[in-house]
Amino acid sequence: MTPVVAVRDLRKVYQLGDTEVAALRGVDLTIEPGEFIAVMGPSGSGKSTFMHIVGLLDAPTAGTYAFEGTDASNLDADARADIRSRRLGFVFQAYNLLPRTSALENVELPMVYSGVPEAERRRIALEKMEIVGIAHLAKHHPNQMSGGQQQRVAIARSLVNNPGLILADEPTGALDTATSLEVMRLFARLNAEAGITIMLVTHEPDIAAHARRTVAFRDGLVVGDAPNRERAA
Amino acid sequence: MNATATLRLALAALVRNRTRSLLTMLGIVIGVAAVIVTIAIGVGASAQVQTNIQKLGANLIVIQPGSITAGGARSGFSGASTLTPQDGLAIAALPGVAAVSPLVTLRTQVVAGQNNWQTSVSGVAPSYTFIKSWPLASGRFFTQSDDAAAAKVAVLGQTVIAQLFPDGSNPIGATVLIKGVPFTVIGTLTPLGQSGMGQDQDDTVLIPYTSAMERLTGLTTVNQLMVSAASANVIDAVQNEATTLLAARHRIAPGQPDDFQVRNLQSIAQAAASTGAVLEFLLAGVAAVSLIVGGIGIMNIMMVSVSERTREIGLRMSVGARGVTILRQFLAEAALLATAGGAVGVVVGIAGTTAIALAAHWPTQIPPAAVVLSVAFSALVGIFFGYYPAQRAAQLNPIEALRFE
Ligand SMILES: Nc1ncnc2c1ncn2[C@@H]1O[C@H](COP(=O)(O)OP(=O)(O)OP(=O)(O)O)[C@@H](O)[C@H]1O
Ligand SMILES: [Mg+2]
Repeated sequence: MTPVVAVRDLRKVYQLGDTEVAALRGVDLTIEPGEFIAVMGPSGSGKSTFMHIVGLLDAPTAGTYAFEGTDASNLDADARADIRSRRLGFVFQAYNLLPRTSALENVELPMVYSGVPEAERRRIALEKMEIVGIAHLAKHHPNQMSGGQQQRVAIARSLVNNPGLILADEPTGALDTATSLEVMRLFARLNAEAGITIMLVTHEPDIAAHARRTVAFRDGLVVGDAPNRERAA
Repeated sequence: MNATATLRLALAALVRNRTRSLLTMLGIVIGVAAVIVTIAIGVGASAQVQTNIQKLGANLIVIQPGSITAGGARSGFSGASTLTPQDGLAIAALPGVAAVSPLVTLRTQVVAGQNNWQTSVSGVAPSYTFIKSWPLASGRFFTQSDDAAAAKVAVLGQTVIAQLFPDGSNPIGATVLIKGVPFTVIGTLTPLGQSGMGQDQDDTVLIPYTSAMERLTGLTTVNQLMVSAASANVIDAVQNEATTLLAARHRIAPGQPDDFQVRNLQSIAQAAASTGAVLEFLLAGVAAVSLIVGGIGIMNIMMVSVSERTREIGLRMSVGARGVTILRQFLAEAALLATAGGAVGVVVGIAGTTAIALAAHWPTQIPPAAVVLSVAFSALVGIFFGYYPAQRAAQLNPIEALRFE
């Protein structure tokens, strides 16, 4: 099977005035369809940088990246946007929902850019909200929902274009322990039942334990990569 | 993404920020309303000047003393007149001339019983009412024989009647003293109202020109000859022939400037029209500046909007919006704001114009083209001033935009 993500010797150097910051210094990683990977590592180890490149929000300085079998190392901004629109889903720590906009419309947003007709948008959005258990909140605005509910809206939004990969950067970072557990169970269920490939960035071993495999970063390099023997439930 | 989808995105964003959208529109609303009101007043005023000039009389040619110097500037009318009633008779014999009336004017005191009034007394020929298309309200006008006899008869305008006969009594048959000379009132004129130049045309007394010359001025010359051409087509021909004829009668050597000048109503109307056009242009200019100020307001608020909405832009990009899609959305927001502001401005402008017309009794006219143009212009202003902020939004880096606090 074609891997969803295949990176070889991936490097990213940030230019900060005169000094260069090497955020990634030669990362090799392959993610197969249906995997659920947790990326861990200390602050500044390059986790977010890696996620941005894998999510085609940014381009690498050097190395190769194939997304679903196609070379994605040297795409321009528009081509990256088009792939994000059709094949990638994002979940952020800060939810990033549009304010003063209903949950339903927030979930529909990616389909506005991928050109799905309106009636179809509504149907798919409601279907995904049903899956994450917030269909009854369709008309609510973000400021009328709890953090956990808002994160579920964001997860529903990441699902609507049937992405080949969902990327979540510390999705439980702003949630309390109980709500974090619910959100992680939701991710695990989406992965187990729908076979959705997920890559999740986290600081916390408890959170990483919900994934099937953990990759450890340090100083811009992968320093550990192992399946999770004891998965949290 | 197609245009409708972009417009709907823009509309949704505007509705989401209702207050800000309304405030942004306000500048354009005021700008467009100002354009509509100033144009309505300008066009209305010059249209009224035109109709007033037309009302001055049918196919009128006016001959006045004085010359046109080499530089084109007129020498004053104060120079002694060389125009005589005989000049008028000679012109009346020209082909294409329907009627001629001399005009002798003086300002003087007119007295009736206890009442007196300073007014303009005009000595004219019987054809005057025809030339001016000015019907009588009552009584009769003077005749050729009144002229021949320098009869002491007068026809009064409505303002003079109101001043001299405040009790409302019938002036016909009454005696009025003009510069101390008794005249019998034989007729009254219908009210004409103000002239295009703002004079009260009803503040006048008409007497035979012969009476005016012999009994009041003591001069053998007149202030003006009013010539009515038989039709609009022959105005130019009559004007040329009258010029040639008068030059011969006044023995003007070839190459010397004439001691009179012949003008027709069309040239006066054109002069007034060009003055009106300058005025309209100025007013529209002022109004356009206010529209541009409104546009700068849009740019301002769009700039604030772009930085306030940086995270939103980052999110839209992360879920697949291209830069150009963001650009179009922000441009559409600006254009929608400006166009909606323009439409509201038109309504406010029309309402304001109506209010001014009612309150100040000014003549106003709203040309449809002005409405269409000002809305179109405000949409352009929106796009022009919305472009820079939209461009800034489109060039944001999605990661930095998402991280923006
Ligand atoms: N836009 C940028 N410009 C310059 N340096 C950057 C930029 N983004 C990240 N870096 C640097 O790259 C390195 C890796 O940053 P990154 O955000 O990937 O770390 P992280 O593992 O996600 O850390 P955290 O756990 O704190 O989120 C850090 O040294 C950081 O300072
Ligand atoms: Mg990070």
